[in-house]
Amino acid sequence: MTTDTDLKRAVRAATTGDLDLAELGDAVSRRAADAGLLDLAYAEIDSPLGPLLAVSTPAGLVHLGYPNRPRDAQLELLAERISPRIVEAPGRLDAVRRELDEYFAGRRRDFGLALDWQLTAGFVRAVLERTAAIPFGETRTYGEVAAAAGSPRAFRAAGRALGANPIPIVVPCHRVLRSGGALGGYGGGLDVKRELLTLEGVLD
Amino acid sequence: MNAPRATAPFQSLIEAHAGAVAAFLRGMLPTDDVDDVLQETLVAALRAYPGFDGASPRAWLLTIARRKAIDEHRARSRRPEALAEPDAIAASPAPEGPDAALWERVAALPPKQRAAVVLRFALDLRYREVGEALDCSEAAARRNVHEAVRALRATDPTTDIEEESA
Repeated sequence: MTTDTDLKRAVRAATTGDLDLAELGDAVSRRAADAGLLDLAYAEIDSPLGPLLAVSTPAGLVHLGYPNRPRDAQLELLAERISPRIVEAPGRLDAVRRELDEYFAGRRRDFGLALDWQLTAGFVRAVLERTAAIPFGETRTYGEVAAAAGSPRAFRAAGRALGANPIPIVVPCHRVLRSGGALGGYGGGLDVKRELLTLEGVLD
Repeated sequence: MNAPRATAPFQSLIEAHAGAVAAFLRGMLPTDDVDDVLQETLVAALRAYPGFDGASPRAWLLTIARRKAIDEHRARSRRPEALAEPDAIAASPAPEGPDAALWERVAALPPKQRAAVVLRFALDLRYREVGEALDCSEAAARRNVHEAVRALRATDPTTDIEEESA
């Protein structure tokens, strides 16, 4: 007599198997990218600061999340602001991983990555684009960055713009300090700002 | 008010439901086809995702998987090598023993009954969700499972023996 228990056991035995989610994600993201469906690809990248959440669009790196931000909350915000078509696809972030590794190892002073600025606009974007041009190992004040962005008196707004930087480290908002040399603020926490400035030889 | 829209990152659906979709496809297709159809299912879901209302993501993915499995059956039956291996579609390779024998009879059920049995017994879906995945009502889903179980009991060789000896 075939009982439900027999049936369940037989069906389970025939449908159980191994599933490698990382492998599946890679295969799906490859096919999705070919079909133009991979709006956002992400990977967690190990760094001396902790794991960084790197997210790219077909245009370039759009978001780099500090270790102190919860991963899911960051992805949900990106789903809302850009697209819910988000897949974990470490292979799509290889160049970002390589350049960050080199930067943290002291072997890279400039990033050559394509950037997607779509999460920024107006004055925020102007401030961040000026900030991206500050060379490795140098610093500017909030007032100087505001002036470079066209509004010399808007140093507070410049501070807020830097706080909203979606691509920190690569867009080096850590190189912007108060006019007296005090650190000012930092979205990733002042310890991170201090660590990055030490890496670049600005601080001992 | 706007129609509800999916806003969860698609990756969260993969992490939560790819295992269930894989199990369903193992129940519907030869082992060699499962990986490919699973990937096709997820790419098709990714394509449709911005228009998805966000309700019952598992049933939604299973619906897409079932359609992809049907496409695969059709494609396979059109390919000439299918003639050389006529049993390749019906039977997933299974180990020997009573479970394997029973599974062979499940695999020989009409496709919709087979799907209903897999959804119900491999994934423990409620009939409402079985219906969603099969594009039919909850009542029709229940009927499909019951008819399948009745058919399996009717063809159970051990039942025949018991009935003869009774």
